Amino acid sequence: MANQQPSVSVRNLEKRFGSFVAVDQISFEARPGEVFGFLGPNGSGKSTTIRILCGLLRPTSGEAYVAGLSVAAQPELIRRRIGYMSQKFSLYNDLTVIENVRFFAGLYNVAGDELRRRLAWVLEMAGLAGRERSLTATLSGGWKQRLALGCAILHKPPIVFLDEPTSGVDPLSRRRFWELIEELRSDGVTVFVTTHYMDEAEYCNRLALLHRGKLIALGTPAQLKQSALKGDLLLVEATPLGAALETIKQLPMVRDAAVFRNALHVVVDDAERGSERLLVELTSRRLTAVRVQRIRPGLEDAFVALTHQQPGAQ
Amino acid sequence: MNLRRTAAIARKESIQILRDVRSLLIVVSMPAMLMLLMGYGISLDQKHVPVCFLDRDPSQESRDLLNRFRASQYFGFITAAPTYSSLVGAIDRGRCSLGLVIPNDFAQRMRKGGDVAVQGIVDGTDDNTANVVFTYAESVIADFSQSVRFDYLERSGFNGGAGALMIEPRVWFNESLESRNFIVPGVVALVMAVIGAFLASLTVAREWERGTMEQLISTPVKPLEVTLGKLVPYLAIGIADTAICVTVTLFWFQVPMRGGWPTLILASMLFLLTVLMLGFWISAATKSQLVASQFSLLATLLPSFLLSGFSFPLAQTPAVVRAMSYLVPARYYVLLLKNIFLKGAGTASQWQPLLGLGLFAVLLSAVALRSFHKTLN
Repeated sequence: MANQQPSVSVRNLEKRFGSFVAVDQISFEARPGEVFGFLGPNGSGKSTTIRILCGLLRPTSGEAYVAGLSVAAQPELIRRRIGYMSQKFSLYNDLTVIENVRFFAGLYNVAGDELRRRLAWVLEMAGLAGRERSLTATLSGGWKQRLALGCAILHKPPIVFLDEPTSGVDPLSRRRFWELIEELRSDGVTVFVTTHYMDEAEYCNRLALLHRGKLIALGTPAQLKQSALKGDLLLVEATPLGAALETIKQLPMVRDAAVFRNALHVVVDDAERGSERLLVELTSRRLTAVRVQRIRPGLEDAFVALTHQQPGAQ
Repeated sequence: MNLRRTAAIARKESIQILRDVRSLLIVVSMPAMLMLLMGYGISLDQKHVPVCFLDRDPSQESRDLLNRFRASQYFGFITAAPTYSSLVGAIDRGRCSLGLVIPNDFAQRMRKGGDVAVQGIVDGTDDNTANVVFTYAESVIADFSQSVRFDYLERSGFNGGAGALMIEPRVWFNESLESRNFIVPGVVALVMAVIGAFLASLTVAREWERGTMEQLISTPVKPLEVTLGKLVPYLAIGIADTAICVTVTLFWFQVPMRGGWPTLILASMLFLLTVLMLGFWISAATKSQLVASQFSLLATLLPSFLLSGFSFPLAQTPAVVRAMSYLVPARYYVLLLKNIFLKGAGTASQWQPLLGLGLFAVLLSAVALRSFHKTLN
């Protein structure tokens, strides 16, 4: 593994749209056979980066290599070696399932016995056997997504780019989709995937966190959770929540505090002394503290902590 | 270039066209409808021109003259005006294009055998109509005065010589037929320019709007393969539409086909290629179906109508306009159609306009190919 060339290699990549910096000097490498996740809010530069790697956008500066080929110099050679699934559903709605598959098979030059095998595989994988002649427009989200994945990897590319493949899809279809990604990985395919679902990010071998075009952290989910929080994490249930958050933020020993569902996640230097102090402070302000408890940080905690550490964040 | 990829594009595009039944109906019915609309709508012949008359000397002679107008197919709706001012008012309001004033002493002077003047007032706001109406009126009156003269000669005992002068109405009939023959072949060019560019202008823009282009350009497909693949079904539609137009020209408007079919087919194919590529170019450059369709109409309809020699003889236009007309592909096609249908021209004599069309086909193909980028924005 160590001496293999990286599937994707990016150095000081930058993309500007006018004065707006969509991708700001990012560098990273993705290794063969790993699921590499791009995590970040909308507009953080995930899609822009993927589009540059697929040759759909030209970078303003920096270098990017996919399968050892330069994005700037050899985009056509790259296109033969990748599969790309764009954020918006982009198969032809007015074509049937089989017509879409045959169309992309033609574009990827898949023919003969191989075409027959791949057709059967796509229909099986997408769960669309028997619905070959249905118009694609009539399929529901999960089927469309799996069909789009099938069409993108008909030519068995070693590297696959998936741009928010599960947005707007029901939870069951999402899980099914990630099983397919897992199958690809076990076949040695490098899967490059963007998401803003934290639970999906956990499936990735490694994650890159993007914030306003900058890559703010890179590592395995476990590494990120461990390293992101400088201190211990406390779960605080209190009412009213807003007033409790305001109070807690004022305390000097609190490093970070944020609302998580119906409670607060508070980062303190030391869990034991911190929780005692919090209870005292909250009761002295006539706030009802229901529960203060030390918990293990999740990916979301890591993500919030990392974005709050950025200059310009509140 | 890869044939399998080109074929995949062509097949996909054909399926999409055939599946869109409403658009398909428009594609099939539009050429015939436009041919009929423009073939009848644009005519230099005036028929059933409304006439208003003021008869200041109601008599057998004046009724004879007016009956001549009634009998002519060029005039219709002959109405009487009670006063001179109401006659002028009828012209002002556009209720008639020709006003006739028969003078007080009309019958008396006719019987005396002297010269009689009948006043004709023509609405000159449209000079073409005015000219034609005036010519028709002159001819009716000349016809009338001749027959008066023949009657007089016959009564005086002279006979013969009448037959040679009676052929004049048939000359007019021929001339009116030629006006349509002259216009309808030009309509074919106009219709094909508009339909060809319009249809092609939607196809690339539709892929951008629906988001399918992003997937398409992430594959190894080449711009040449996309363009050629898309061209195949649209060329087929264009050929079918041209066939419809030519059928209407020959069998509905009865325009004679005196030239060679190979020349007609060659000219039509070059013109189709030109307008389709123009449409692809506009489509790829605008990436919006609405903008592309408006732009393609603007780029084809007006120049093809005004600068092709279709509506105005180019020889009579100013040098600047004439120079501009060389940039309008329809100019060459209109000229070719007229020469093929009416003059019976063949490929050898028409090499110049054919070469002009060929150059445009090559040029626009190159521009369309270059405008198709495999990158976003």
